[in-house]
Amino acid sequence: MRIDGCRTGMLAALLAAAVFAQGTAQAAEEAGSRLGADWQTWQANTDVSNIASLQRGARNFTNYCLGCHSLKYVRWSRMGADLAIPQPLFEKYLLPPGDKPLQYILTSMPAADAEAWFGKTPPDLSLMARARSKDYLYQFLKTFYIDPTRQTGANNLRLPTTAMPAVLSELEGLKRAVYRSVEKRSDDGRVTTEQEFDHFEQVVPGRLSTEEYDAFVRDTVNFLDYVGEPSQVARRSLGVWVVLFLLVFTWLAWLMKREYWKDVH
Amino acid sequence: MADNVLVAGDEVDLDRRKFLTRATIATGAVGAGFAAVPFIASWQPSERARALGAPTELDISKIEPGQMTITVWRKQPIYVVRRTPDMVARLKGHDPALKDPSSDRSDQPAYARNLMRSRNAQYLVLIGTCTHLGCLPKQRFAADGELGPTWPGGFFCPCHGSRFDLAGRVFNGSPASVNLRVPPYQFSNQRTLVVGQDEKGAV
Amino acid sequence: MASRPEPAARTHSHPPAKGPDPAQGLMAWINKRLPVQEFIDSQLKGYYAPKNFNIWYFFGSLALLVLVMQLLTGIFLTMFYKPGELTAFDSVEFIMREVDWGWLIRYLHSTGASAFFIVVYLHMFRAFLYGSYKAPRELLWLVGMLVYLALMAEAFMGYVLPWGNMSFWGAQVIVNLFGTIPGIGPGLVEWIRGDYGIADATLDRFFALHVAFLPLALLLLVLLHLVAVRTTGSNNPDGIEIKEKVGPDGKPLDGIPFHPYYTVKDVVGVGVFLVLFAIIVFFVPTLGGLFLEAPNFEPANPLSTPEHIAPVWYFTPYYAILRAVPDQRMGALLMLLAVTLFLFLPWLDRSPVKSMRYRGWISRTALAVFAVSFVVLGYLGLQPAEGLFVILARIFTVLYFAFFLLMPFYTRIDAVKPVPERVVYHAH
Repeated sequence: MRIDGCRTGMLAALLAAAVFAQGTAQAAEEAGSRLGADWQTWQANTDVSNIASLQRGARNFTNYCLGCHSLKYVRWSRMGADLAIPQPLFEKYLLPPGDKPLQYILTSMPAADAEAWFGKTPPDLSLMARARSKDYLYQFLKTFYIDPTRQTGANNLRLPTTAMPAVLSELEGLKRAVYRSVEKRSDDGRVTTEQEFDHFEQVVPGRLSTEEYDAFVRDTVNFLDYVGEPSQVARRSLGVWVVLFLLVFTWLAWLMKREYWKDVH
Repeated sequence: MADNVLVAGDEVDLDRRKFLTRATIATGAVGAGFAAVPFIASWQPSERARALGAPTELDISKIEPGQMTITVWRKQPIYVVRRTPDMVARLKGHDPALKDPSSDRSDQPAYARNLMRSRNAQYLVLIGTCTHLGCLPKQRFAADGELGPTWPGGFFCPCHGSRFDLAGRVFNGSPASVNLRVPPYQFSNQRTLVVGQDEKGAV
Repeated sequence: MASRPEPAARTHSHPPAKGPDPAQGLMAWINKRLPVQEFIDSQLKGYYAPKNFNIWYFFGSLALLVLVMQLLTGIFLTMFYKPGELTAFDSVEFIMREVDWGWLIRYLHSTGASAFFIVVYLHMFRAFLYGSYKAPRELLWLVGMLVYLALMAEAFMGYVLPWGNMSFWGAQVIVNLFGTIPGIGPGLVEWIRGDYGIADATLDRFFALHVAFLPLALLLLVLLHLVAVRTTGSNNPDGIEIKEKVGPDGKPLDGIPFHPYYTVKDVVGVGVFLVLFAIIVFFVPTLGGLFLEAPNFEPANPLSTPEHIAPVWYFTPYYAILRAVPDQRMGALLMLLAVTLFLFLPWLDRSPVKSMRYRGWISRTALAVFAVSFVVLGYLGLQPAEGLFVILARIFTVLYFAFFLLMPFYTRIDAVKPVPERVVYHAH
């Protein structure tokens, strides 16, 4: 999937349709629920030991993110081994043509072009889950909304004025932000009225249902969590044994100490 | 004035003390042993080294008959020689002059334990490191008497004078004691040699 | 008449051996050439420490343990780490992902750095509780303060090495502080950096200092520290000088041989410490951003400052003091003073007794206030310098300084309880 002029044009066309389709958009909303009102409390709730989820996340990443983002500290072969993907499947479905399994996962988008198109190079994502947190990533991927004032036609609540387009809108659909007026009192007593985000309204449905898209995002974030620290599962399981061993050692040492200290009065 | 420490012997269970001391020290030693493992293991070739040490591919269609080309596998020079039928013929007839003519003491995969020390007569694949002290032997394929009247062609190591024939077998009188080593290799197709991999898989 | 026993009942003090025991023979050969047995006898078995050490007395040996651990893990990290602005960050990820067990060595070192400060702060607090800095232990205290200062420099430089974004900006802020020195400031900053901004040159020299110079300095200072404590003997929770009451064998009545009693007790301390340490290393190595900060998982970017620049938690009390003052120069001065005031403690403290156990409510309250201020300032140093946080930082900075500056007065007028002749000991 390539982000280029063609895609932006398609997005513009969709936007136009969306603006006219507002009146009929309520189908996506249940009566009484305000989609996204509580977005800041959203948690990823992912389990990095869930291999099936990681496999789906790897697939999602390869199909939707690898076009712009690299994972330059991760080797394809290491990822395949950790995710228990048999080599033939992995080479057939994940490995881009021309890439070798032992190579690092690099995007094919040239950095210079990316900077020209987006204003900034799409960052490498190897450590993004550690630098920002997986809850942040989850919220980021779920709070894109239509913004006609921006070049990409989209904006984001988690990272306002992000240079990233709403690349997953094909799956999630398009939503717009609904604001409410809020009175703010400044330090010197003046009262101003500001627009504050209230909730989202789904304008155009995507290919996936809300639940399916949520699962998609969770799998992808889970995968990025794994990528941030591939050894974390081994770390935790080893830790159990180490702590148990040390408890036994400490107990023995304490018995020994108590025995010797009987001498002391 | 009463002392603060007990005279040893009163109420002191020496056996228990000894047992506990030994148990604690033993457990500690076991723990220390386990703790040493990560440090020692960290010296193993890293994943990057293992990746870079993966099998090397070489396009052998470009090698002219009688020519040698050098490639690299696991940081070692690999000599690939395309022997002519004449060169193959010159492998016979000088067994008494060789230290290990049947490669009994030398290091090569099973398919290279033969007269030609290779899978087929045409291509010789050797690790280009002298088995004496590690210099790169130079090619002296011609039987032109430069290295003596009986020289059948082969390799000559400039560092200390070891000599090897056109299958890498070491001559008597050389400081080296075994034949040049053959790495695992196979041909993935007519024109591609893969060094570092054979039927057993990648090394 | 009871006599002082030899520990664990036995005997191995004197060669020659009874029979042809090769181990004894070897030990005899070595001992004629190096004072090995003499050392064990005099420094371990022959050193009598007060028998009433409590939990606060574990932290010295734990500090030594952490030092050894940092040296070991640090040396191994140096085998894989590549200094230099182009390679440092990548080499840390190389260690984390591609070196066998590299992730463990890295976490041991990063957790060890924080553990070092936890242990050292508790170790120092013991001195406050029991007056361990008072005569004749002033030099012991001063050398210990030098160890603390060297440790702070070591930790600061170590934090720069991964060359993450917090490494860079933390270095920027701290090095800029030197610019507040009148006259030589700006030139000094450039000299420290080796460039016009924090750069490759800065990283490389910090690497040399962190890996070679400061560890050597630390080792020497710690050795000096141990010699000093051996010279005066340890203090104890009652603040009594046990050497003043000796038995017929010349040994302090309230003392017990360091070996085996304190070697054995310290092993328990080590065990407990390692359990807690392992829990952090294996389950929460970043400790929610306190031990490994999130912005440091992004490479250094001179054009992008992290949202909140904060030093690692062990520096935050001083950072809070720095920011509490609205003037940069005064703030830096006050921060420097906050650290150096510790050096004067032996002379600021005018109390006739050493231990808090025998001091009055004024000293106890002052110490409690100081401890609370230190912790609260530490918390405030992690927060943005806004609103209520600023006000609180100022209040607690005043309290912090009051502890030291008013000490000559309140320690003199404070009530004093009678100090017992012999140490208070309950069997355990």
